Amino acid sequence: MSLAKRIIPCLDVTNGRVVKGVNFLELRDAGDPVEIARRYDEQGADELTFLDITASSDNRGLILNIIEQVASQVFIPLTVGGGVRAVEDVRRLLNAGADKVSINTSAVTNPQLVADAASRFGSQCIVVAIDAKQVGDHWEVFTHGGRQATGIDAIEWARKMVALGAGELLVTSMDRDGTKIGFNLPLNRAISDAVDVPIIASGGVGNLTHLVEGVKEGGADAVLAASIFHYGEYTVREAKEYMRDYGIEVRL
Amino acid sequence: MTHIAVVDYGMGNLRSVSKALEHVAPNQKVIVTSDPAQIAAADRVVFPGQGAMPDCVRELDARGLRDAVVAAAAEKPFLGICIGLQLLFEHSEEGDAAGLGIFKGKVKRFAPADMHDADGAKLKVPHMGWNQVYQSQSHPLWHGIEDGERFYYVHSYYVAPEDASLDAGFSEYPARFTSCIARGNLFAAQFHPEKSHNAGLKLLSNFVQWDGGN
Repeated sequence: MSLAKRIIPCLDVTNGRVVKGVNFLELRDAGDPVEIARRYDEQGADELTFLDITASSDNRGLILNIIEQVASQVFIPLTVGGGVRAVEDVRRLLNAGADKVSINTSAVTNPQLVADAASRFGSQCIVVAIDAKQVGDHWEVFTHGGRQATGIDAIEWARKMVALGAGELLVTSMDRDGTKIGFNLPLNRAISDAVDVPIIASGGVGNLTHLVEGVKEGGADAVLAASIFHYGEYTVREAKEYMRDYGIEVRL
Repeated sequence: MTHIAVVDYGMGNLRSVSKALEHVAPNQKVIVTSDPAQIAAADRVVFPGQGAMPDCVRELDARGLRDAVVAAAAEKPFLGICIGLQLLFEHSEEGDAAGLGIFKGKVKRFAPADMHDADGAKLKVPHMGWNQVYQSQSHPLWHGIEDGERFYYVHSYYVAPEDASLDAGFSEYPARFTSCIARGNLFAAQFHPEKSHNAGLKLLSNFVQWDGGN
C-alpha cells in the first residue's frame, strides 16, 4: 500500500571491471559490470549504483561505455558517481544513460556545483554522497575516498547540500565501509531526521539483518550493499524476502 | 514504418525514454526531436519532462513546440511522462507557473511536514522509488499489468484534476493522488515507465501498439 524501501547493489568500477576492497584497499576483482548489472536486474534490484574509482584520468571514458551498454539493457534507475567535477561531467553521464549522478569530493571543494547541476538538470538526478567518520563526539565529512578530513560536521553538511538542491543523500560510514559489521545506525538516523529528502545508507553491510536495521533503526529509505551480493552470499531477491519477513515493504 | 516522436525541449535526459521505446518497438522508428514538423508527422508522440515546470514551459515555448504538442495531444496516441503529465494542466505551485491548460486543475506540492507512514515515520520528499499503482479505469495501456503493480516515481509535485473522470490510476503517499490520467487518445503518467522494469516496459509496449481508442 505504500512506497517500497529500495535495495541498491553498488558496483565499484575501475579500468572497466567491478572490484571491491576493504576500506578502499586490497581490491578484489568481482567481474564484468554489464554482466553483473544484468544479474542484479534479473534478481529484482530497485536501482543500481556505479562508482567509478578509476585513479587515472586516462581510463575515465570507460565508465561512459559501460553505462551506455547497461542503459540499453537494464530498465531501472542507474546512478553513477566518481570523479564528477563539473556540470559538464554530469551532462556527459546523463547522456550516456545515467538517471542520477552522485557528487562527493567536488561538493566539498565546490558546493556551487551541486546548486548548478540541480538547477540545470533538476534535483531528482543529483545525489550528494557524504562520507562520514566519527571524530570525538560528532561525525565529520571526509573526502578523497575517506583519506582527507574536512572539519565539516556531517549533519550540518547534509542540511546544506539539500538546501543547495541535492535530491537524495548517499551516506557512507567510513568507519564501517568494507567491515561487514553493519551500518552506522546513529549516523544514518541523525541525517535522515535532519532532512526531508531520501537517504541511502551505505557502508558495512555483512548480512541481511544489517539491511533491516538500516531501515528500521537507521531511518534509511534505501540500503546500498556491494560485497554480500557480488560474491553470491545472497541474491537481491533473498534480501528482499528477508526484509519483507521483518515487516518492511519491498518490491517483489 | 511508423514513427514515434519523443518531444525534446532541452529539459533533462531523454535517452532512457528513447532506449526503452526502441526496446519495445524494434519495428518502429523512434525520433528524439525538437522539430514541430516531425511531431506533426509522427504516428505517436511521447512527451517526457524533467526538472522544474516553469523552466519546462519556457523551453517549450522557446522552441516553438507548444502548438505541436497541444495538437498531438488532441489527435494521436500521446503519452505524457512525469512533468509531461503536469504540463497538461492549468497551473503549478512550482514557481507559480501556468501549464498548457489542456485540462482543468492544479499541480500541487507534497507537504512533508504533514506526511507520515503507518508507523509514524516521516515520509520524504521527493516521493522517490517504487510505489503501487491502482488502476481506476480499464484502459488499453493497462493490458497485462496487474492492479497494484509497482512503478518507479521521482517527483515532489502531483496533479489534482478538476474532472475526476480523467483519473486512470492512483498511488498513495500517504494520501491518494492521481498518478495517471486518460482521455481519448491521451494517456499520461507521473511515474517513469522507462525505468519501471517489466511493468514499465509492458506499459510502453501497450502504448506503441495502441491506436488511441478504447
